[in-house]
Amino acid sequence: MIRSELIQKIADENPHLYQRDVEKIVNTIFDEIVEAMARGDRVELRGFGAFSVKKRDARTGRNPRTGESVEVDEKHVPFFKTGKLLRNRLNGMEE
Amino acid sequence: MSSKTLTRMDLSEAVFREVGLSRNESAQLVESVLQHMSDALVRGETVKISSFGTFSVREKSSRMGRNPKTGEEVPISPRRVLSFRPSHLMKDRVAAGNKD
Repeated sequence: MIRSELIQKIADENPHLYQRDVEKIVNTIFDEIVEAMARGDRVELRGFGAFSVKKRDARTGRNPRTGESVEVDEKHVPFFKTGKLLRNRLNGMEE
Repeated sequence: MSSKTLTRMDLSEAVFREVGLSRNESAQLVESVLQHMSDALVRGETVKISSFGTFSVREKSSRMGRNPKTGEEVPISPRRVLSFRPSHLMKDRVAAGNKD
Protein backbone atom coordinates (compact mmCIF):
# COMPACT_ATOMS: atom_id res chain seq x y z
CA MET A 1 0.00 0.00 0.00
CA ILE A 2 1.33 3.43 -0.89
CA ARG A 3 0.30 6.92 0.24
CA SER A 4 -2.06 7.49 -2.72
CA GLU A 5 -3.84 4.16 -2.11
CA LEU A 6 -4.32 5.05 1.54
CA ILE A 7 -5.78 8.42 0.49
CA GLN A 8 -8.11 6.66 -1.96
CA LYS A 9 -9.42 4.27 0.71
CA ILE A 10 -10.19 7.13 3.07
CA ALA A 11 -11.82 9.09 0.21
CA ASP A 12 -14.01 6.09 -0.73
CA GLU A 13 -15.23 5.80 2.86
CA ASN A 14 -15.96 9.52 3.12
CA PRO A 15 -17.82 10.54 -0.06
CA HIS A 16 -18.87 13.81 1.62
CA LEU A 17 -15.24 15.02 1.70
CA TYR A 18 -13.35 16.62 -1.19
CA GLN A 19 -10.42 14.56 -2.48
CA ARG A 20 -8.07 17.47 -1.79
CA ASP A 21 -9.25 17.61 1.85
CA VAL A 22 -8.60 13.89 2.26
CA GLU A 23 -5.10 14.43 0.86
CA LYS A 24 -4.60 17.27 3.31
CA ILE A 25 -5.81 15.12 6.23
CA VAL A 26 -3.49 12.22 5.45
CA ASN A 27 -0.53 14.53 4.78
CA THR A 28 -1.16 16.47 8.00
CA ILE A 29 -1.01 13.28 10.06
CA PHE A 30 2.36 12.20 8.66
CA ASP A 31 3.80 15.75 8.68
CA GLU A 32 2.78 16.18 12.31
CA ILE A 33 4.65 12.99 13.29
CA VAL A 34 7.82 14.13 11.46
CA GLU A 35 7.60 17.63 13.00
CA ALA A 36 7.21 16.16 16.49
CA MET A 37 10.28 13.97 16.09
CA ALA A 38 12.25 16.89 14.64
CA ARG A 39 11.54 18.68 17.97
CA GLY A 40 12.70 15.59 19.85
CA ASP A 41 9.17 14.63 20.91
CA ARG A 42 7.68 11.15 21.01
CA VAL A 43 4.44 10.15 19.26
CA GLU A 44 2.58 7.34 20.98
CA LEU A 45 -0.28 5.76 19.06
CA ARG A 46 -1.71 3.07 21.36
CA GLY A 47 -2.34 -0.21 19.59
CA PHE A 48 -0.34 0.85 16.53
CA GLY A 49 3.07 1.83 17.83
CA ALA A 50 5.31 4.65 19.05
CA PHE A 51 7.72 6.90 17.16
CA SER A 52 10.67 8.24 19.12
CA VAL A 53 14.13 9.70 18.62
CA LYS A 54 17.27 7.84 19.66
CA LYS A 55 20.66 9.37 20.19
CA ARG A 56 23.67 7.77 18.53
CA ASP A 57 26.94 8.70 20.24
CA ALA A 58 29.88 10.11 18.34
CA ARG A 59 32.29 7.37 17.30
CA THR A 60 35.40 6.74 15.28
CA GLY A 61 34.34 5.04 12.12
CA ARG A 62 36.32 3.65 9.27
CA ASN A 63 36.00 4.16 5.56
CA PRO A 64 35.44 0.55 4.48
CA ARG A 65 37.10 1.15 1.13
CA THR A 66 40.30 2.88 2.22
CA GLY A 67 40.44 1.71 5.86
CA GLU A 68 40.99 5.32 6.87
CA SER A 69 39.62 6.47 10.31
CA VAL A 70 36.91 9.13 10.31
CA GLU A 71 35.25 10.91 13.21
CA VAL A 72 31.47 10.43 13.10
CA ASP A 73 29.54 13.09 15.05
CA GLU A 74 26.79 12.34 17.53
CA LYS A 75 23.42 12.18 15.78
CA HIS A 76 19.72 11.54 16.36
CA VAL A 77 17.76 8.93 14.45
CA PRO A 78 14.05 8.08 14.17
CA PHE A 79 12.87 4.88 15.86
CA PHE A 80 9.57 2.97 15.74
CA LYS A 81 8.35 0.37 18.21
CA THR A 82 5.33 -1.73 17.22
CA GLY A 83 2.33 -1.58 19.58
CA LYS A 84 1.16 -4.66 21.43
CA LEU A 85 -2.20 -4.92 19.66
CA LEU A 86 -0.69 -4.70 16.16
CA ARG A 87 2.11 -7.14 17.09
CA ASN A 88 -0.53 -9.62 18.26
CA ARG A 89 -2.69 -9.08 15.18
CA LEU A 90 0.31 -9.78 12.93
CA ASN A 91 0.55 -13.15 14.60
CA GLY A 92 -3.12 -14.03 14.27
CA MET A 93 -4.07 -13.14 17.83
CA GLU A 94 -6.99 -10.76 17.98
CA GLU A 95 -7.48 -9.03 21.37
CA MET B 1 15.51 17.92 24.03
CA SER B 2 11.92 18.79 24.98
CA SER B 3 10.67 15.17 25.15
CA LYS B 4 6.96 15.72 25.13
CA THR B 5 4.67 12.86 24.14
CA LEU B 6 2.06 13.38 21.45
CA THR B 7 -0.97 11.13 21.10
CA ARG B 8 -3.86 10.56 18.71
CA MET B 9 -5.44 13.64 20.27
CA ASP B 10 -2.64 15.90 19.05
CA LEU B 11 -2.88 14.44 15.54
CA SER B 12 -6.67 14.99 15.50
CA GLU B 13 -6.12 18.53 16.75
CA ALA B 14 -3.73 19.16 13.81
CA VAL B 15 -6.32 17.79 11.34
CA PHE B 16 -8.99 19.95 12.98
CA ARG B 17 -6.75 23.04 12.64
CA GLU B 18 -5.62 22.36 9.07
CA VAL B 19 -8.81 21.11 7.48
CA GLY B 20 -11.55 22.60 9.61
CA LEU B 21 -13.65 19.46 10.17
CA SER B 22 -15.25 18.89 13.57
CA ARG B 23 -12.98 17.56 16.35
CA ASN B 24 -15.01 14.38 16.42
CA GLU B 25 -14.67 13.74 12.69
CA SER B 26 -10.97 14.63 12.77
CA ALA B 27 -10.43 12.00 15.47
CA GLN B 28 -12.32 9.39 13.43
CA LEU B 29 -10.20 10.11 10.37
CA VAL B 30 -6.94 9.70 12.31
CA GLU B 31 -8.30 6.37 13.55
CA SER B 32 -9.26 5.28 9.99
CA VAL B 33 -5.76 6.03 8.70
CA LEU B 34 -4.14 3.91 11.44
CA GLN B 35 -6.73 1.17 10.92
CA HIS B 36 -6.13 0.95 7.14
CA MET B 37 -2.38 0.83 7.64
CA SER B 38 -2.70 -1.90 10.30
CA ASP B 39 -5.10 -3.95 8.16
CA ALA B 40 -2.72 -3.83 5.17
CA LEU B 41 0.20 -4.94 7.36
CA VAL B 42 -1.84 -7.78 8.87
CA ARG B 43 -2.58 -8.93 5.28
CA GLY B 44 1.20 -9.03 4.83
CA GLU B 45 1.42 -5.94 2.63
CA THR B 46 4.22 -3.40 2.81
CA VAL B 47 3.01 0.13 3.60
CA LYS B 48 5.14 2.70 1.84
CA ILE B 49 4.48 6.34 2.67
CA SER B 50 6.63 8.58 0.47
CA SER B 51 8.78 11.09 2.37
CA PHE B 52 7.78 9.39 5.64
CA GLY B 53 8.95 5.79 5.63
CA THR B 54 8.20 2.14 4.89
CA PHE B 55 6.58 -0.40 7.20
CA SER B 56 7.21 -3.99 6.26
CA VAL B 57 6.42 -7.36 7.76
CA ARG B 58 9.25 -9.82 8.23
CA GLU B 59 8.92 -13.52 8.90
CA LYS B 60 11.12 -14.82 11.72
CA SER B 61 11.80 -18.53 11.82
CA SER B 62 11.70 -20.53 15.02
CA ARG B 63 14.84 -20.71 17.14
CA MET B 64 16.00 -21.85 20.55
CA GLY B 65 16.07 -19.09 23.13
CA ARG B 66 17.24 -19.11 26.71
CA ASN B 67 15.57 -17.83 29.84
CA PRO B 68 18.27 -15.41 31.01
CA LYS B 69 17.31 -15.91 34.66
CA THR B 70 17.23 -19.70 34.83
CA GLY B 71 19.44 -20.54 31.85
CA GLU B 72 16.74 -22.92 30.67
CA GLU B 73 16.39 -23.45 26.91
CA VAL B 74 12.99 -22.57 25.48
CA PRO B 75 11.78 -22.86 21.89
CA ILE B 76 10.74 -19.54 20.29
CA SER B 77 7.99 -20.13 17.74
CA PRO B 78 8.09 -18.62 14.24
CA ARG B 79 6.52 -15.18 14.20
CA ARG B 80 5.92 -12.07 12.10
CA VAL B 81 7.51 -8.81 13.13
CA LEU B 82 7.03 -5.30 11.84
CA SER B 83 9.98 -3.20 10.79
CA PHE B 84 9.98 0.50 10.00
CA ARG B 85 12.53 2.12 7.71
CA PRO B 86 12.44 5.91 7.92
CA SER B 87 12.72 7.87 4.65
CA HIS B 88 15.75 10.03 3.95
CA LEU B 89 13.61 13.09 4.50
CA MET B 90 12.56 11.92 7.97
CA LYS B 91 16.14 11.01 8.90
CA ASP B 92 17.42 14.39 7.74
CA ARG B 93 14.68 16.33 9.54
CA VAL B 94 15.19 14.40 12.78
CA ALA B 95 18.97 14.78 12.63
CA ALA B 96 18.79 18.51 11.83
CA GLY B 97 16.06 19.26 14.38
CA ASN B 98 17.87 17.60 17.27
CA LYS B 99 21.29 19.09 16.67
CA ASP B 100 22.29 21.08 19.77
